[in-house]
Amino acid sequence: MNDSTTLTPLKYLGDLDYSIVQQCMHCGMCLPSCPTYLETKRERNSPRGRIALMRSIADGELEVTKEFGEEMYYCLGCLACTTACPAGVNYPELFENARAEVEHHGVLARPERRFWRWLTLEQLFSKPWMLRAVGRLLWIYQASGLCGLVRKSGVMRLVPKNLRELEPSTPTIQRHFSDALIQETETVPEKRYRVGLLTGCVQDLVFSHVNRDTVDALLANGCEVITPRSQGCCGSLHAHNGDLTLAAVRARSLLDQFDLENLDAVITNAAGCGSHLKHFTNLLKGDPEYADRAAEWDRKVKDVSEWLVEIDFRKPESTSEECETITYHEACHLCHGQGITRQPRDVLHAIPGLDLVELENSTHCCGSAGIYNITQPEQATKLQEEKVGCIAKTGASLIATANPGCHLQIQNGVGDSAEVVHPVSLLAKAYRNEKETTNVETN
Amino acid sequence: MAAERDFSKGSRLYESLSQLVGEEDLFTEPEDLIPYGFDGTAALRHKATCVVSPRTTEAVSGIMKLASAEGIPIVTRGSGTGLSGGSIPVDGGIVLCLVQMDQILEVDPANLTILAEPGVITKAIDDAAHPHGLFYPPDPGSMKISTIGGNVANNSGGLRGLKYGVTRDYVMGMEVVLPSGEIAWLGSKCVKDVAGYSMKDMFIGSEGTLGIITKVLLKLVPRPKARRTLLASFDSMEDAARTVSHIIERQIIPCTLEFLDKKTCGCVEDYAKVGLPTEAAAIVLMETDGPESVVNDEADAMALIAEENGAISVEKAKDDAHAVRLASARRTAFSALARIRPTTILEDVTVPRSHLVEIVSFVEEVAAKYDLDIATFGHFGDGNVHPTILTDETNKEEMERVEHALSDIFDKTIELGGTITGEHGVGLAKKPFLPRQLIDASYQLLRQVKGAIDPQGLLNPGKIFDQAEKS
Repeated sequence: MNDSTTLTPLKYLGDLDYSIVQQCMHCGMCLPSCPTYLETKRERNSPRGRIALMRSIADGELEVTKEFGEEMYYCLGCLACTTACPAGVNYPELFENARAEVEHHGVLARPERRFWRWLTLEQLFSKPWMLRAVGRLLWIYQASGLCGLVRKSGVMRLVPKNLRELEPSTPTIQRHFSDALIQETETVPEKRYRVGLLTGCVQDLVFSHVNRDTVDALLANGCEVITPRSQGCCGSLHAHNGDLTLAAVRARSLLDQFDLENLDAVITNAAGCGSHLKHFTNLLKGDPEYADRAAEWDRKVKDVSEWLVEIDFRKPESTSEECETITYHEACHLCHGQGITRQPRDVLHAIPGLDLVELENSTHCCGSAGIYNITQPEQATKLQEEKVGCIAKTGASLIATANPGCHLQIQNGVGDSAEVVHPVSLLAKAYRNEKETTNVETN
Repeated sequence: MAAERDFSKGSRLYESLSQLVGEEDLFTEPEDLIPYGFDGTAALRHKATCVVSPRTTEAVSGIMKLASAEGIPIVTRGSGTGLSGGSIPVDGGIVLCLVQMDQILEVDPANLTILAEPGVITKAIDDAAHPHGLFYPPDPGSMKISTIGGNVANNSGGLRGLKYGVTRDYVMGMEVVLPSGEIAWLGSKCVKDVAGYSMKDMFIGSEGTLGIITKVLLKLVPRPKARRTLLASFDSMEDAARTVSHIIERQIIPCTLEFLDKKTCGCVEDYAKVGLPTEAAAIVLMETDGPESVVNDEADAMALIAEENGAISVEKAKDDAHAVRLASARRTAFSALARIRPTTILEDVTVPRSHLVEIVSFVEEVAAKYDLDIATFGHFGDGNVHPTILTDETNKEEMERVEHALSDIFDKTIELGGTITGEHGVGLAKKPFLPRQLIDASYQLLRQVKGAIDPQGLLNPGKIFDQAEKS
């Protein structure tokens, strides 16, 4: 088992450009946006309180302690504070470096935690083949009915409590992963653009059909789509969990897989990934071999709705559903992380027959927050309940959201009462219905 | 030595305090103390030694009694958004944070009042009044997070001061815990009440130096039916200032006459993206509210006056939502200015409105004289200007020039019959300059009042002024 901390003799917070640390002028405007501060009303649980702690560490006034570590992991990383901050504090960078500092000092290290970090960050989410292999096994387990047998048998009682509680919410793995559904190059006769597609990791296993829908929506708008094989995790999971070294490894791997010069854009449909993918410049700033390409990459990465609106996507003539009421939950890493709020709504508004009802507190975190629902189940459940309450008020039977974590969290929350769907899936479906309608007419 | 007082877990004081508030509301670890070491004021920090967050008046009273018996200083705070360093901790003291006392206790539509605990957020007061068709007008820039207790203790102003006045104009009564730990109710729901000194007025704006406010009774007014918002742009700050002076001369009292210079506009637009003109030298945001016919007349008259005074353009807000966005954007001005330089020193000088042009021009001269980057915005209708020095606290030489500039601006303000602080309070930041303004017996009077109410000097010591004469 590698101790990843030995790879990086860095002082993360101390080595940051001091202007980033100094940018917070502690006016307090972030406080009402922060889910954890609103819960406890305790300053250390607020963005400005956390930044004060980070600054104290950068200044050498505070040691990296277990308490500090726990605080950094109590933060959701939802970035609502970034939207609220008039002073333009770069909280994502502070946050990632603070978590890296925590891991570097090992203040939270316990054998069990070390094992899970090793298994997930260093193995599963660093090795695309392994993730797919495990995904395949999980699919067999779920599809064969073994899963039901195991639950009935009571074997689960032998599993630690926190995992046992999570088992029923394990996402359903797709029969076909992205590479089986999407060809490496898919083109259209009237080609206007050439774009790359990021398939993601969770997205690839659990929502490969969303990737397929993304390709269909792009093709319908004159985009040739290049989907490199076996892409794996983009490294956002590593960066958000304090392993910037492995995140950089993942970033280099992606940069190697895409022929950037010949692409107009690189498309992602997962908000959490997109918010990370747009900042490779920072992640690879000390790497002369990759720095230039990272800059070009950052310019070209686009969320799918952002790209569709940018190229003035075609409004479908058919509807995706039978006149349904829909509401839209904004993934934190789309609205706060990337400042994208209008475009997904534009996509939804473009679909005939859909009635978009605005969701109260649509930009509030649903509690998924990467793996927060696993690490901090109590706080995550509170946020999930608030979200479900707001959804119920809309009376919507469809909930659109553009991030796999939110998708699972909200679907778990609403159960069978409503269906969660990616906006681009609805658009793709509407385009498909057009063809069917035309076919019927010609027949 | 007071600074060495032991509050650590297991100590005698820790045990006493945890009996009063419970361990979950008592903080003594560095990770908890560091974030209470500052408020919204630039370059002022002092680590707290102990923080308590009581939930009842009885607990506050108990803490005060303990502090009185032990001689422990108490610094009261709410959300810590103050702009004069008033809630910076003192050595060996207790920081008393009232944000957990956050209940609205009563809305009384028959008497047009609201009774709230001190930790209620300012905006929540108005939100509670709204369904009854009532209105709580004071709207400090930080209203989404500032607490009503802090507003009363600092007599906060806001964007609507011109027509609606400041916090003081709405306080009808309060419950305070006195330095002895005794509880006193001051004021009443009566519109007229002259029974004894108006003691509540003594505590409004006392910055936590006289007592701890544990309940606030506020006056509400009917909610205005209509509202018009205009945005006028100018080639020069003087034209903008003159426009404001002329509006008031013509006896038009809109609720808001806000001014932003080019630099401030640029920063606010960069953050809020509400379509502010970023090329104009100055803009004035005007808002009038009241009955439909009156607001239309006033809006037309103000537009005309702006044009007479050389406005490049006068735009109307598209709709109510746009008007709210413009006002909200304006409230972020101070924080948004932090985008330019690391340290943002915000001033709060106020002059009689007829001297607006003079003070604005003077600030420009001072910026040139000391080679400093100064942005100016403020509540022009109130004569309240916020020259904001954009600097870097780590640059000693530049900070010296900042000191000189501030000194010059304060002297000029006083010469014009103004005040060194219109709405932020004295705290620590303006304390050295207060004797320049209060030159007669009034300065000594502050000490006499403090000595009479808080003879031990326990409440927020060293803020506003030093209790003992320095030899």
